[in-house]
Amino acid sequence: MTAFLQFERIAYRVDGRDILRDISLDLGQNETLVLLGRSGSGKTTLLRTVNRLIAPTSGTIRFEGRDIAGEDAIRLRRRIGYVIQDGGLFPHRTVAQNVAVVPELEQWSPEKIRHRVEELLDAVGLPPPTYSARYPRQLSGGEKQRVGIARALAADPPLMLLDEPFAALDPVTRFEMQQHFLNLRRQFGKAALFVTHDLREAMLIGSRIALLHDGAIEWVGTPAEFPNASTSEARTFLRTLETGVTP
Amino acid sequence: MSVAWAEILDVSGEHVLLVGTSVLIAVGVGAPLAIALTRRPVWRRWTLAAVNIIQTIPSLALFGVLLPIPLIGGIGKRTAIIVLALYALLPLMRNMVVGILGVDAAVRDSALAMGMTRHQMLFRVEIPLALPTMLAGLRIAIVSTIGTATIAAAIGGGGLGTFIFRGIATADISTVLAGAFPAALMAILADEVLEWAERRYAH
Repeated sequence: MTAFLQFERIAYRVDGRDILRDISLDLGQNETLVLLGRSGSGKTTLLRTVNRLIAPTSGTIRFEGRDIAGEDAIRLRRRIGYVIQDGGLFPHRTVAQNVAVVPELEQWSPEKIRHRVEELLDAVGLPPPTYSARYPRQLSGGEKQRVGIARALAADPPLMLLDEPFAALDPVTRFEMQQHFLNLRRQFGKAALFVTHDLREAMLIGSRIALLHDGAIEWVGTPAEFPNASTSEARTFLRTLETGVTP
Repeated sequence: MSVAWAEILDVSGEHVLLVGTSVLIAVGVGAPLAIALTRRPVWRRWTLAAVNIIQTIPSLALFGVLLPIPLIGGIGKRTAIIVLALYALLPLMRNMVVGILGVDAAVRDSALAMGMTRHQMLFRVEIPLALPTMLAGLRIAIVSTIGTATIAAAIGGGGLGTFIFRGIATADISTVLAGAFPAALMAILADEVLEWAERRYAH
């Protein structure tokens, strides 16, 4: 099987500083690959090369076998869902309008959009009669992230990018959202790249984990293999499990 | 009373027309310029500085400076409208630029990541979110133009300043008031209406 998403020797330099060094990775069709690392490890930068918010200095990214550098950035982005830490919801649009953004850009019929929005709000646990007409400022942090996820799923993109989507939530809400994400994954079965700095979350969410340190990949493997990883950064992360500290 | 009601009404209408035309021109020129400036930091610095300098020139002096210039200068309404539009430019452009640049980076980021074109980003995200700030700029522009427009009478621009200058020349306070009072009323009214609109579009 050829990889669904493939990074080939990606490097990114800014002002003489190496942000990403020689990264090669691939992601299968129904896989959730977690990019784990501390702040500044380059994990968010790597994520943002996929939807071309950042252009790598060298290397190739292939999405469904095609080099993304040769594709239209707008078309590419509409086929990739993107969820960020504080949601990035449009404050002037209602919940329903926020979820409808990409279908509207893609000029779906109003009927189809309405149907899709309701289906997704139900799927993320926000009953449409209660939530459709609300504005983001009327939502809790967890509810905002649910809308963010529904919005990213709206046009049924084959790939999802999630950048620390639950990092700003309280521990209980965070736990609920992680469980919810796993349910959604079973329901929608998409490929996902999931950035986090929390090993516990990485173990729970990931089908595989790629550990980034200083812009390079230090270790790749399944969550079950992680406790036996011997690299120094992996040991540091494992110690956070013992003490309960998130780096 | 030395000024007839009918004349006050007439001249007030002239004043409204003067203000309306100048602000409309300022919006027409300033809005596209401001949008272009949000994408060009260096131009933005220089253009806003230039517009700022125009604002510091005393209005009477600016009327005077433009008088001898062919095409845009001379006695009459045209010169008055050009000067007033120049003054309205600063609050309009500054607020539009500040409003658009003030859009939350996360919101802009996700708009881009969802595959919006620049055009879609501008009309679906940036302008709607900057609207309250833009309306505040419009309010400042209109209210201050209503005041400044009274000076236009000095170069034959007409409007409520006609009474004020005539009253000063004849030392007749009631004639001065016939110009000043409607102008003040107009400014207060415009202020209230636009403040309401601003609140209406707040997020």
